[in-house]
Amino acid sequence: MTDTTAEQTDTPDTATGFARFLAALGLLRESWVGMIGLFLVSFWVLIAVFVDLLPLQDPLAQTRGVINFPMLTEDKNGVMHWMGTDDRGRDLLARLLHGSRVVLFWSTLATIVAYSVGMIMGVTAGYRGGWWDEIISFIGNVLLSFPQIVLLLVILTAFGPNSDIGVWMKSELGLGKTLVSGALIVVAITFSTAPQVARIVRGIVLDLKTRDYIAAAEVRGEGPLWIMLVELLPNARGPLIVDACLRLGYVIITIALLGFLSLGLPPPDPDWGKMISDGRQWGYNGLNMMLWPAIAISSLVLGLNLLADGLREISLRD
Amino acid sequence: MLQLAGKRLVQMALIMLTVSLLLFLAFEADKYSLAGKVLGQYASQDQRLQWLEQNGYNAPFVQRYVTWVFNAARGDFGESVQFATPVSKLLKDHLLNTAVLGGLVFTITVSIALVLGVLSGIAEGSPRDRGITVLAVITTSVPEFASATILVAIFVFWLDILPGTSPFSNGLTWADANQLVLPVMVLVIYNFGYYTRMTRASMAEVMTSQYVRTAILKGLPYKRVILRHGLRNALIAPFTVMILQLNYLLSGVIVTEVFFSYKGFGKLLYEAALFGDIFVIEACAMVAVFIAVFSQFVSDIGYTLLNPRIRFS
Repeated sequence: MTDTTAEQTDTPDTATGFARFLAALGLLRESWVGMIGLFLVSFWVLIAVFVDLLPLQDPLAQTRGVINFPMLTEDKNGVMHWMGTDDRGRDLLARLLHGSRVVLFWSTLATIVAYSVGMIMGVTAGYRGGWWDEIISFIGNVLLSFPQIVLLLVILTAFGPNSDIGVWMKSELGLGKTLVSGALIVVAITFSTAPQVARIVRGIVLDLKTRDYIAAAEVRGEGPLWIMLVELLPNARGPLIVDACLRLGYVIITIALLGFLSLGLPPPDPDWGKMISDGRQWGYNGLNMMLWPAIAISSLVLGLNLLADGLREISLRD
Repeated sequence: MLQLAGKRLVQMALIMLTVSLLLFLAFEADKYSLAGKVLGQYASQDQRLQWLEQNGYNAPFVQRYVTWVFNAARGDFGESVQFATPVSKLLKDHLLNTAVLGGLVFTITVSIALVLGVLSGIAEGSPRDRGITVLAVITTSVPEFASATILVAIFVFWLDILPGTSPFSNGLTWADANQLVLPVMVLVIYNFGYYTRMTRASMAEVMTSQYVRTAILKGLPYKRVILRHGLRNALIAPFTVMILQLNYLLSGVIVTEVFFSYKGFGKLLYEAALFGDIFVIEACAMVAVFIAVFSQFVSDIGYTLLNPRIRFS
């Protein structure tokens, strides 16, 4: 997340920013909770990046006669299915690990987009004040008055992949099914997440804008855009990094949840939430298919939450 | 006080109006597509035009919107396409079921959170505090549909002591009360962590205050200091946050209802969204937003009433 904040805020000292990030990681060693979090997150990130190099089955290949196998079973071709197979005879281990790439890619993208929009909203509302603040805060309040899932259901029913807009994107723009669904999910998550980010950023900016260096920049004659992007946002990044970790966890839950509710990415690509809802139809025989993705999502989100907890702990210390 | 309440009521009405306009724009701005959704995609052009004529959809947009808002305010949301019954009747039955589930979850969650939060907050930094905080982080990291999966594996398939779905086919009766155990457990596990951390933070802050130090120094029994001086003041902040959280609780309730096939508000909304039952979606969204905005109103007013420092300044 540090990379993205650095990009958007266009900090001139990227090198020292990175060095400071490494120093923060060094500090993190003192918090065992944070270390466990870092370990869990790195585990899934490494899997997602290098999944193609692992000796796995094809996650989409369906084998006949091996439907809903329990774990540690070998099929008649002599292929070992460590975690068993799903209801279409696909290797669960391969699907689970490939699924980490799907969920991490879309959730990171959605978090970055939501964060960018939220930071722009928050810094404008906080720094400009007056009508800007009134209007942006009102938009935020309207969006936040929906329970998140209700908002997502409404947006994806009215403007989802099967609505006029989705169909138009597929036929006129020639975009693939996955791309259209993914893009619409990112937009929907931005609507539900950006106001929360905006609220936090606004609060921090209201505090920061009375500082001397802002007054100095104003006296220097810097424009409001410069002050917001170069003076305010980089100095707000401390609490925002912790929040971004937590937020990424929520977005991962949300994306998996949309998959579970069959509103997520289209099949056949592996999606942890969809794997759970597919397994649910099989009762006891589908249990294997549901448990692994449930554990995977929980461990990834737990990792992010523990990491955020550790980061908060060390940031409070100094 | 009255001024504050009035101001909040106006804001509330403004948000409800904006939400209603957005919903109307999203679902009913294009009346031809709406006719297609209501009559089914194989309805002929003539049938669609006839339906639009009969139901007054040829009136100007503003007039249609105003009529819709007035009907909605009276609780008339039209007729469900999927079930061919008035939406208001569907809503009433399902909301009642959700109120039972939500009420149980809220009561249990708050009780657990208060006990754990106080235990953790009065000894900030102790191993007990650390343990409770880590437990809260862990349980908050497991989303409802994942913990439901794990709990079903344990209690339904392994121990075989609880039913895995909660359809309540004979209505909400005591005989079927065991069907409520798993949904309640799932929601309590996911939600108590946040409430606990709120109570803990508030309690820890109060424990460092001067009046608590004075109470301890003047020799009052520790238990009395905690219950009389500490807890009473520490509860103000969590109280308002817990009511604000009803919004998040409702999100979780929707998922849990879908998972356990519990005939509540969330399942109604979810099935309407999958089916494209526009009028039910609109009604559910309006009700959800109303609950959220109203709970925010109660929380704001409650905070002012409970906190004398705000009242007198």
